[in-house]
Amino acid sequence: MREWTTPGKLRARGIIGMNRRNIRYIGRYNSRRLYPLVDDKLQTKLLAERFGITTPALIGTVTTQFGVKHIADLLAGHDGFVIKPAKGSGGKGILVIDHVEGSDFVKPSGMHMSLSDVERHVSNILSGLYSLGGAPDVALIEALINFDESLSEYTYEGVPDIRVIVFRGYPVMAMMRLSTAASDGKANLHQGAVGVGLDIATGTAVRGVQFDRTRHDHPDTGHELASLAIPDWPTLLRLAAGCYEMTGLGYLGTDMVLDRDRGPMLLELNARPGLAIQMANGEGLRRRLDLVEKQPEGVPPEERVAFAREHFARRSELESATPA
Amino acid sequence: MSRLPFYLLVGLLFLVGVAMSLHRHYQLEVPWTPGEQRQVWEVEAQVNFTALGDPALVEMALPSTQEGFRLLTEHTASPGYGLSYLEEQGARRAQWSIREATGPQQLYYTAQVLVAPDSRPPRIETPPVRRDIVWERPYDTAASQVIERAWSRSADPYTFARELFQDFSDERQGENARLLLTQFERTPLLVRLLNQAGVPAREVNGLLLEDGRRRQSLTRWIQVFDDQQWALFDPATGEQGRPDNLLLWEASGQAVLEVQGGTNSRVTFSMLSRNQPAAAAVRNQLAEDTLLNFSIHSLPLEEQSLFQTILLIPIGALVVVVLRILVGIKTSGTFMPVLIALAFIQTSLATGLIGFLLVVAVGLVIRGYLSYLNLLLVARVTAVIITVIGIISLFSVLAYRFGLNAGLTITFFPMIILSWTIERMSILWEEEGPKEVLIQGGGSLVTAVLAYLAMNNPWVRHITFNFLGVQLILMALILLIGNYTGYRLLELRRFKPVTED
Repeated sequence: MREWTTPGKLRARGIIGMNRRNIRYIGRYNSRRLYPLVDDKLQTKLLAERFGITTPALIGTVTTQFGVKHIADLLAGHDGFVIKPAKGSGGKGILVIDHVEGSDFVKPSGMHMSLSDVERHVSNILSGLYSLGGAPDVALIEALINFDESLSEYTYEGVPDIRVIVFRGYPVMAMMRLSTAASDGKANLHQGAVGVGLDIATGTAVRGVQFDRTRHDHPDTGHELASLAIPDWPTLLRLAAGCYEMTGLGYLGTDMVLDRDRGPMLLELNARPGLAIQMANGEGLRRRLDLVEKQPEGVPPEERVAFAREHFARRSELESATPA
Repeated sequence: MSRLPFYLLVGLLFLVGVAMSLHRHYQLEVPWTPGEQRQVWEVEAQVNFTALGDPALVEMALPSTQEGFRLLTEHTASPGYGLSYLEEQGARRAQWSIREATGPQQLYYTAQVLVAPDSRPPRIETPPVRRDIVWERPYDTAASQVIERAWSRSADPYTFARELFQDFSDERQGENARLLLTQFERTPLLVRLLNQAGVPAREVNGLLLEDGRRRQSLTRWIQVFDDQQWALFDPATGEQGRPDNLLLWEASGQAVLEVQGGTNSRVTFSMLSRNQPAAAAVRNQLAEDTLLNFSIHSLPLEEQSLFQTILLIPIGALVVVVLRILVGIKTSGTFMPVLIALAFIQTSLATGLIGFLLVVAVGLVIRGYLSYLNLLLVARVTAVIITVIGIISLFSVLAYRFGLNAGLTITFFPMIILSWTIERMSILWEEEGPKEVLIQGGGSLVTAVLAYLAMNNPWVRHITFNFLGVQLILMALILLIGNYTGYRLLELRRFKPVTED
């Protein structure tokens, strides 16, 4: 029984379960007709451009099996790129090419792929292998993100991204997802990435978890997590909060990345964000969501960010635990 | 946003479902458990008479559903005769008619009667007391003396009848009784005396059911009324009460058999008792086509057995709903486990499990090779379908060669569902690794086995098939679970670290 807890303790911590998330927040605040905006990454991207929200540069799209043959022309001159299905879910089907060596494409893990491997991947995307319900899909090719070097010691291979839960336009909780060897360079927590809860007020680390268990350092680089601080934090929150106006979705997971040159960028949106962020923060969402529900509608994004930074400030749990 | 309409709907569904089930149980005698045996009597009435060569009209009383018995089916055999059923003063009668008949005639009537201890008697109107009774001398004095004697020693109609009958019983016969019996038949005499004393009463005819008896005739009983109630008395002994094996054949004071155009008429009865499963007894129920009795049991047998399976699906789906929403088990494909469980019902559990694991394992290996061929998705899944059919055929032949007939049932597996399962598992393996395949595959199998156990339970099969109201109760239950915002069982483990420190 040491592995289990009681509903009472979870409730006291304000933890939200899957059922409550589905009925009370997604069901009530996310109108189904708005889902295509976030389920289709191409639509999200075009919409973000209209609303002045920065996203990674688009190299091109492949929409037909015929187009797969011409993918080499599309990729010519690009050293690193990312291929992803427009309607993929849970990070499925995302192929990251770090650089090109001769005719081979090299993944961040160092694995080599031939052009035909890449073509097969794109072909799979088009036939709907990675999309919800197996519907035919479109492949997006985006420029690789030149991520901020200040964060490189916190991650192994892949690009760390920042998930911000935006509720009715208020950024309520945030975490950074650091890829590890266990997660194969992917930033998915259930695959073994490290989740670091971030203080909404300052963008500094409050707590770290891997595989749902507390961590104080990165398992591969060994770097302690307490000193992690996101540069340009207010801009990032402002971008995330703006996604509410952009999509109209009340309960939204925004995935942001930090680019060396272009600053915070929107990577993708999720209308059904997971609950692992509560683990990374060591705190339930309930109290914050209840507070936001009491706020009036129609507050401009800047004021919402200020409100969140004022009310959702947290002290780090990591400082005392890590010897300097 | 008020949830009141929602709870009203759930409550309504639940109440209607319960009411429909109770109606089927109490009104139609459908038992709650499948094992119950019911006793059914097969009673045959044979009418014999000699026709005179003229038009003949035969009228016979028929039994109805009554206290202790429920009429299931009835048939007649009467070649050449016209037949109609009449209903007079709440009593059913059969009327045979023919334009010309000569010589000995035989008419048959057969009824199947279910022994139903809960069956309630239909309401019977109290017959009027006959006031036109005239006695001749010296019987008038004898009659009034008998009545007076019984009256003074009784308190109500029943005790009066009992006292009166005892005075006519063999041991206690007084002089007056003996005198009256010389002139009148016992049963009509007793009814006449009761009526004269102002007690409503009439003569009825019943059949004492005894297994394997032939050429029986009806026995006479006296029905005595007290307000809205009535009791049966044996005219010979004066004993009150209806024997459990007495089937009232004619209960409205009319003649049992009336023949016009014939002589030497009589009716004899033969009967046979057998026990049959309650479900079969239910099936023989006379189908009354009212909305409340609406039931799939009015369909032909073949469609009924199809429905037996279809009506089980909600039970399997309920298991999935509970495991996913309340427990939080991950499955590959939401309702795939239900389809696998349906296949298990055909194959039996052990054979089904082995067959499923074999097919999926071999399918995964072959699918692994297919992924190297770089095919389009639909084509690849089709290739997997053909592979699955191949595996299933191979296993069937092998099982047959080795004399394992159980192996042949593997063909009951839904092949397209299996193919998609293999495809999904394979992708899961590539993307998330074998651990996730084990979690989701294991979750699916556990769910399928639990759904199978629930769906294969004889009691569950009986209830879902015989009580359509249960479907509404299931609906209400699932709506309620769909409204559950609490934690899933497995989340208590997942979120445990947050509650530490």
